[in-house]
Amino acid sequence: MEPGRLRKAPESFIDRDGVATVFAEAKHGRRDFIRGAFAAAAAGLALPTARSQPAVPAEGDPNILKLPEHATGLGQPVVTDGYGKPSKWETNVQRRRSPGLTQTTQASVSFAPLQSLFGIVTPSGLHFERHHQGWWDIDPSKHRFMVNGLVKNAKVFTMDELMRLPSVSRFHFIECGANTGMEWGNVAVPTVQYTHGMLSCSEFTGVPLITLLEMAGADLKKGRFALAEGADGSSMTRTIPMNLVTSGEVLVAYGQNGEMLRPENGYPLRLVVPGVQGVSWVKYLRRVEVGDQPWSTKDESVHYVDLMPDGTHRQYTSIQECKSVVTTPSGGQLLLDKGFYTISGLAWSGRGKVKRVDVSVDGGRNWRTARLQEPVMSKCLTRFSLDWVWDGKPAIIQSRAMDETGYVQPGYRQLRAVRGTRSIYHNNAIQSWLVEESGEVKNVQVG
Amino acid sequence: MSRWVDAIAALAILAACTTAFAQDRFPGIGRNATPQEVAAWDIDVRPDFKGLPPGSGSVARGQQVWDGKCASCHGVFGESNQVFHPLIGGTTKEDIAAGRVANLKRQDYPARTTMMKLPTLSTLWDYINRAMPWNQPKSLSVEEVYAVTAYMLHLADIVPADFTLSDRNVREVQQRLPNRNGMSTDHAMWPGPGLSGRAKPDVQASACMKDCPVEPKVTSMLPDHARNAHGNLAEQNRAIGPQRGVDTAGARAVAALKPAPAHAGAALAQQNNCTACHAANQRLVGPSWSEIAAKHAGRTDYLAARIKAGGSGVWGAIPMPPQALAEADARRIADWLAAGAK
Repeated sequence: MEPGRLRKAPESFIDRDGVATVFAEAKHGRRDFIRGAFAAAAAGLALPTARSQPAVPAEGDPNILKLPEHATGLGQPVVTDGYGKPSKWETNVQRRRSPGLTQTTQASVSFAPLQSLFGIVTPSGLHFERHHQGWWDIDPSKHRFMVNGLVKNAKVFTMDELMRLPSVSRFHFIECGANTGMEWGNVAVPTVQYTHGMLSCSEFTGVPLITLLEMAGADLKKGRFALAEGADGSSMTRTIPMNLVTSGEVLVAYGQNGEMLRPENGYPLRLVVPGVQGVSWVKYLRRVEVGDQPWSTKDESVHYVDLMPDGTHRQYTSIQECKSVVTTPSGGQLLLDKGFYTISGLAWSGRGKVKRVDVSVDGGRNWRTARLQEPVMSKCLTRFSLDWVWDGKPAIIQSRAMDETGYVQPGYRQLRAVRGTRSIYHNNAIQSWLVEESGEVKNVQVG
Repeated sequence: MSRWVDAIAALAILAACTTAFAQDRFPGIGRNATPQEVAAWDIDVRPDFKGLPPGSGSVARGQQVWDGKCASCHGVFGESNQVFHPLIGGTTKEDIAAGRVANLKRQDYPARTTMMKLPTLSTLWDYINRAMPWNQPKSLSVEEVYAVTAYMLHLADIVPADFTLSDRNVREVQQRLPNRNGMSTDHAMWPGPGLSGRAKPDVQASACMKDCPVEPKVTSMLPDHARNAHGNLAEQNRAIGPQRGVDTAGARAVAALKPAPAHAGAALAQQNNCTACHAANQRLVGPSWSEIAAKHAGRTDYLAARIKAGGSGVWGAIPMPPQALAEADARRIADWLAAGAK
């Protein structure tokens, strides 16, 4: 993300007075602020408009009594569409740009609609996008992959050759280092799509990079670092930790969810660096160089550096630390009625498996441990859920994840105490959703 | 002891075999790269300037290149026309002496420019060389890259106006970068050893379950007038399931997000990167499509000529460079603009 833009976003959505008010509230810690917010929610808005059980006539539901056309007619033939598309009823489920975040469409980002997704796999067409210089649909027969640097022989591979090698398929999340970056200082965007949507998860298929480095005779003793480079205009470069290469985790991937990578995600070849922020998963991968020191490339010295309160930038911050978010219900949604709901969300850690997720509906005072949906995989999204009966009163829903290293996802207070509010990158704070009496859910931060 | 030596020797042989095995395990896959191939792609420049091609470029030459190829996006003085984040500014003489940018400590400082963050001169040279200009990356000569780098350093008062940057003096200039001492790798977010090696995360939280010492008070939420800033949320949620999207449009509905361009001219404008400088209804570097359409309605010939030849003065001081696209494509874009850019 371009830092200037990210910092601009909150101010463009909250005017000067609004920002002042919000910060004043935060500073003075007025106890009645939440009560005020709750009261306004209760007084100002009508009851939920849609109900999951519509009023039924005495004789019964016409949807049952009167047979519809699809029960009494002939349906459509096979291969109406050689590549099937989602139902026409699902057109609201789209990846979207956040208005005002970036000024150009080629150096920009689109967010995945997390609020509408189930399970852990992101449909490839809804995978978030981040381009630095626009995307391309590259002819795979002309794409080449080179290994050079501290190697016995620099090597060149064609796609045909890479796809002949033994492959592995693994599920991993990819999260942009700037995900949730707009929210460091204050609430800036309305829905989970915009707060957390630079997050996706796929089954990736490819060749472990270590295989290719060994084929080139890499000096892994001196070569403590690897540089990954893209083939597009930006020729993105990032220094990759050799530890994850020698462990066999880093993949040179061509497959995504059973088919080839989508062009927006790097077709025909991208690096997969499990647990590490998305910028290191170089798309249109053309080259890996083995070296004995890091490269300090543009995207690891001017961008993707985390500003600390003392004016120092942290460089080479790579691991996406343990984080979670409730996706349903979430900001910008309207609960249909009182009664039973399943609170559901996603948890992940760049250090391994998610061990536990706790959920609170009272703003963090009391927590219950959520169910984890199997399979729980390392450096992969994990779906959690918890039964909840909504009594129609205001609630603040949060989730807090813990990973297998024992690391606990922090709240904003803990995170800001160490990193301030200007870091842009690596915001893994607990997310809060306020459910108002009207059923409307709003993005809030709690003190 | 000799048993130990034997064991170690055996392990070493085993390790060597593994590597040799990997090299021979997949016969017929991969080939050695030619020196020319490696030279064509291995363009990275490291902080120790490994990879920097010999050459030089002056501030004066850099200004020429800048005005022609960079200023349209980055501004005449690197202030960036509000398109990209600003490149120059926010650094002082004291910063150059200390190697730390004082403004980075200030909570109220409005922006962070590239020059405020840049720790390594190699980064600037490498990035300009590999990725600039934005719509024609890798088109600059070695001299031009040195020159543009020198010009930027001059704009930031790091080198004087009569300076010539070269592979022989880059190390001295590196020692004048305002933020050369501003980076830290002392964190636990790099996997494994190699950098600081720190393993313990900086932020510690507790997993309290009951009557936790927090006050659940809302400290930040979106103001009402921003409800629809991201478009109507009812249209961004599935229309079936446990909940719906809130209808945020109401009476204050704003224009929905732009649909994909339907006209061939619109698509061509996108393909040819015109959208880097022009947007539908908003001024970026150049005028918006709607402004152009209003001013030059029906004037296809004029517009086509302008696209090909470039120009300045009609919409402001920032010149539009001549566009290297096919005549027919320029006409189609002009046609679309002349017809209202819908």
